[in-house]
Amino acid sequence: MKASGFEYLRPSRVEEAVALLARYGSDAKAIAGGQSLVPMMAFRLATPRYLVDIGRIEGLNRILVEREVVRLGALVRWRDIERSAELPRAHPLLVEAIRHVAHYQIRNRGTVGGSLAHADPAAEMPGVAVSCEAEILVAGPSGQRTIAAPDFFLGPLMTALEPDELIVEVRLPAWREGRCWAFQEFARRRGDFALAGVALFYDLDASGRAANVHIGAIGVSDTPLRLREAEAQIEGQVVSEVVVRKVAQAASASVTPAEDIHAPSEYRRALLGVLTERALAQAAGLPLREGA
Amino acid sequence: MAPTPVKLSVNGKSYEAKVEPRTTLADCLRHSLGLTGTHVGCEHGVCGACTVILDGAPVRSCLMFAVQAHGAEITTVEGLANGDELSPLQAAFRKHHALQCGFCTPGILTTMHVLLSEEPDADADRIREVLSGNICRCTGYIQIVEAILDARAAYKDDART
Amino acid sequence: MSVHKPYIGQGLERTEDLRLLTGRGTFVDDYEPAGVLHMAILRSSIAHGRLQGIDSAAALKMPGVHAILTAADIGGTVPTIPIRLAPIAGLEKYLQPVIAHSKVRYVGEPTALVLADSRALAEDALAKIDVTIDPLDPIADWKTAQADSALLFEENGTNVAARYSVGFGDVDDVFAKADYTRREFFRAHRHTALPMETRGLVAEWDDVAGRLIVTGATKVTFFNRRTLAAMLQMPESTIDLIEVDVGGGFGVRGEFYPEDFLIPFAARKLKRPVKWIEDRLEHLQAVNHSREIDCELEIACSRDGKILGLRGQVFGDMGAYTRTNSGVVPAKAAQFLHGPYRISAVKFDVSIVMTSKTPVGTYRSPGRFEANFFREQLIDMAARDLDIDPIEIRRRNLITESEMPYSIGKLVPYETETAYDTGNYPAGLGKCLEAFGWDDKKKLQGQKIDGRYHGLGIACFVESGGAGPRENVRMTIERDGHITVAIGSSVMGQGLETVFAQIAADALELAFDRFRVLHGSTTLLDEGFGTYHSRAVVMGGSAILDGAKNLQTAIAKTAALQFNCAAEEVRIEGANAIAPDGRRMSFAALASATGPITADGTFANNKRTYSYGAHAAHVSVDPRTGHVAVHDYVALEDIGRAINPASVHGQSYGAVVQGLGGVFLDHLIYDDNAQLLNASLADYLVPTASDFPNVRSVTMELCKSPSNPLGAKGAGEGGMVAVAAATANAVAAALAKFNVKITELPLNPPRIWRLIETARSTMTSSLSAEPMD
Repeated sequence: MKASGFEYLRPSRVEEAVALLARYGSDAKAIAGGQSLVPMMAFRLATPRYLVDIGRIEGLNRILVEREVVRLGALVRWRDIERSAELPRAHPLLVEAIRHVAHYQIRNRGTVGGSLAHADPAAEMPGVAVSCEAEILVAGPSGQRTIAAPDFFLGPLMTALEPDELIVEVRLPAWREGRCWAFQEFARRRGDFALAGVALFYDLDASGRAANVHIGAIGVSDTPLRLREAEAQIEGQVVSEVVVRKVAQAASASVTPAEDIHAPSEYRRALLGVLTERALAQAAGLPLREGA
Repeated sequence: MAPTPVKLSVNGKSYEAKVEPRTTLADCLRHSLGLTGTHVGCEHGVCGACTVILDGAPVRSCLMFAVQAHGAEITTVEGLANGDELSPLQAAFRKHHALQCGFCTPGILTTMHVLLSEEPDADADRIREVLSGNICRCTGYIQIVEAILDARAAYKDDART
Repeated sequence: MSVHKPYIGQGLERTEDLRLLTGRGTFVDDYEPAGVLHMAILRSSIAHGRLQGIDSAAALKMPGVHAILTAADIGGTVPTIPIRLAPIAGLEKYLQPVIAHSKVRYVGEPTALVLADSRALAEDALAKIDVTIDPLDPIADWKTAQADSALLFEENGTNVAARYSVGFGDVDDVFAKADYTRREFFRAHRHTALPMETRGLVAEWDDVAGRLIVTGATKVTFFNRRTLAAMLQMPESTIDLIEVDVGGGFGVRGEFYPEDFLIPFAARKLKRPVKWIEDRLEHLQAVNHSREIDCELEIACSRDGKILGLRGQVFGDMGAYTRTNSGVVPAKAAQFLHGPYRISAVKFDVSIVMTSKTPVGTYRSPGRFEANFFREQLIDMAARDLDIDPIEIRRRNLITESEMPYSIGKLVPYETETAYDTGNYPAGLGKCLEAFGWDDKKKLQGQKIDGRYHGLGIACFVESGGAGPRENVRMTIERDGHITVAIGSSVMGQGLETVFAQIAADALELAFDRFRVLHGSTTLLDEGFGTYHSRAVVMGGSAILDGAKNLQTAIAKTAALQFNCAAEEVRIEGANAIAPDGRRMSFAALASATGPITADGTFANNKRTYSYGAHAAHVSVDPRTGHVAVHDYVALEDIGRAINPASVHGQSYGAVVQGLGGVFLDHLIYDDNAQLLNASLADYLVPTASDFPNVRSVTMELCKSPSNPLGAKGAGEGGMVAVAAATANAVAAALAKFNVKITELPLNPPRIWRLIETARSTMTSSLSAEPMD
């Protein structure tokens, strides 16, 4: 399982990287951590003739917590998120979701940008991006543009990135105090891709009703997606056990997962319902009678 | 594509190799530098047998091209012992029969050396969590975890001095 | 004179660990002779078809490519791989050619070889080879195969390689008269051993001397050498097979595969050393698969739970070709249905069917893992139906010590009648339950706690080991006084370098570190027999005892010449030979004076040993996700004698966890076109450290084996044989309220979930007081 041959290029600036990607187009691929790309190259599912290593470009690995937004540079690694002193408060949902990514060794290399660009439908980072309405900052030959997360993920392993574009940053809206949130996923083994996962949060209005409800799911569709019908079930409600079950049913009913070797469609659909129920109960601090 | 020069510092020694860009770090260590202690079990980043310490962090050397590691400081299993004397972690593995065929062992030693260096108080759960990135087919992991728990004492002493 | 403190029974630290822990082991990929060519193998991507042509013109022009070989380059008939053991009439008609020539019959079958300056360059060339295959209907399962509409071997007229029946007693009568019978259909799924090291071979051809050296062999090196010599038409003595460090075998590594011919063949043809290291994708397609057995099984009992009869049909899906271990898997799946119980009438009809999938061979505990699952499930079902406690029903039927040796007749066509040698099966069960804490945990049966249903399961087993016919050893006192023990057993991680040294040290009453064990390579001995069927300690260890005696004789003879006395007058004390007048010479001095002193030893035995025991499992099931957690697992085995308890424990843990993988994770998934869908470790799942942390192992040395001087029963597979049985019983017990039948493996979450959902939808709401989850 040796990769096919390529020329190795290591630009030191974003503009240089973009120029290389523009020059070689679909013959080129950017590599950062390589944790998703290199296995594909080993299987010769990816056979770039030019590998553009962006791993040493300065300034792309910063974590910045600002008033309106949390900014993660494309080269921020999972271990950086784990070790950040600020992020547990600045974005606890992100931190919790990232805990489920892969394994120790992979977390030392894998990057935020890499995960977003790879766009596995069961990956946590794309799930968080969509659930939280993140914006993805992308650099191309004609400058930078911003792509809203739901518009960024187009299908399994497919994004809106042009061949001559590079992700430079992802921006998550700032977290709010007092927010109710949870992340739950179910995988065959720890660190495996989720069979299904849910990232959710909502705020409480003055009368304790849910507002600004965001429920996102991974592993149940071609891309991560917001579960709008499920959100509608709690928007404006006090979150009770009855509401929790209604939301879970709505969540299940709203997806038609593909079948694969790991699970049939009906299983994933049911699983999504269970995870939504458990996540929502957890976020609301409710003890579910079945136990979570 | 034409062989590219790569400079690596491995186990404290400087090496220069000329490899195709597509040569993984694992293959470079093993076949260009002759350091065959690092093993290759899957070549797609799942089994962990190829784990080496790169600039202080355990990484899967099959998921890096050697050219990406140019200029890095690397420790492989060959660099863990003190000459002929087994390191405390290696000695603990021997004491607890934490290896059978030994093929996955180098990747576990490098990983756990860093874990215990950074978290000498890691409990069994944390050890198992991190160990989940290394597949072993012989031991069932039980005696490996016992060995690592036993080795913590040596790392705590180190942390104190 | 100091008293020798026995090493046998001590958990000594292993000698081999010193090199393995420091990265100084030598595995086959660590070895690379100068001038080597690297091989990549083109493998069929179609499951069944006629091979019309291979065009390698474009591939030959690729950089670094030296040659591309196909069946045509072999010249003459393409050799087929012979059966090594377990010959069942009919299977010999389905042998595998070392490379595909007229047909391809499974995805992964070798069709062409590329030899290049590097593996990467060889793989580049693979992509350029144009293979024309006219597809034929794939044969993805045994039912389709049995219908014989598409034939794997047209000349054989059928895909059913063999059918036979075994049994004893009047089964029809027993079933006709029994108070209770129950019949169920069981299924065990295809999975494999997955050692962490893939296979590899380095072949070196010496054109001047006409000699071939092949490094990377293991398991049955002497048989493989014989086979290779015949295929290459060379004298055996001109071929050496060298065993180096081996990264696990578990039954699948070391048998003679196509590559065991192809790499040496290429080396001789090209007059260059050739190296081939299997990658993991190839490995999953090419290495023996196993365990795919269907079984319709019926039990007959008296009202008080005595098992009167057992009958059934066993269907073995063997893949496309008969491999070296022939019909072992289905044959043992039938034989071990009987188990450790007193049953007066059994009859098993076995069908061995070929399909267009990777060929099947032995994987640790072959046939037993499956058979114990089938039978122990059925016993638990009978217990439930008859309202008898599952422990009690087993107690009523376990063979007791006073009935030993207990004949189970001839339940395998290629073996003679056999009998369980010694054992206290009820004691084994009792000790397992005690260690597990069954009485305390009993109250958890079927209970729902924090949303999860809890269950306990038990399974009893008997396991054979110590297969004959023989093993050989050569022991040599070197000039420095060290003793080399060269043995025909193979080592794949079991710590035999240490274990054999312990045995030798005790036999000669010398210090352990005086001994150096060499193993496996054909250069060491004239004949060896290898490692399989848990035989190494029984056969190899016993051979060492014989060799030690002979070595003492040789020492006495040598010393007598030095002392000028009769050999009978020489006394041996520690590492010294002592003359009647008190003169002493150390072994080192003797060997320095006369040259190394050598003696051979051998042990022959056709009687199997039978280990036995019980496994107990505590699981909980989340009915909403189908997830199963294993809270406690105890594996107990009486192995007669434990040479190195720490090593035995380690293997037991490994076997249990590997077995749990076989229950919940491992699965080779084929589609209807007989395409293997999950040939990567991302999709072929095996246990990691967080999956099954709660495993305990108990080793008993209660009943020695009478058939070898060590008194040892084979160990190494007993930890796995009952894992599916105990675990599935626990899952069934946990879900008793849903009345689900756990009759098919694997027990992955979607399957468990589906069983519960189906059960729920057929249950009326009055059956459950609690609200539906």
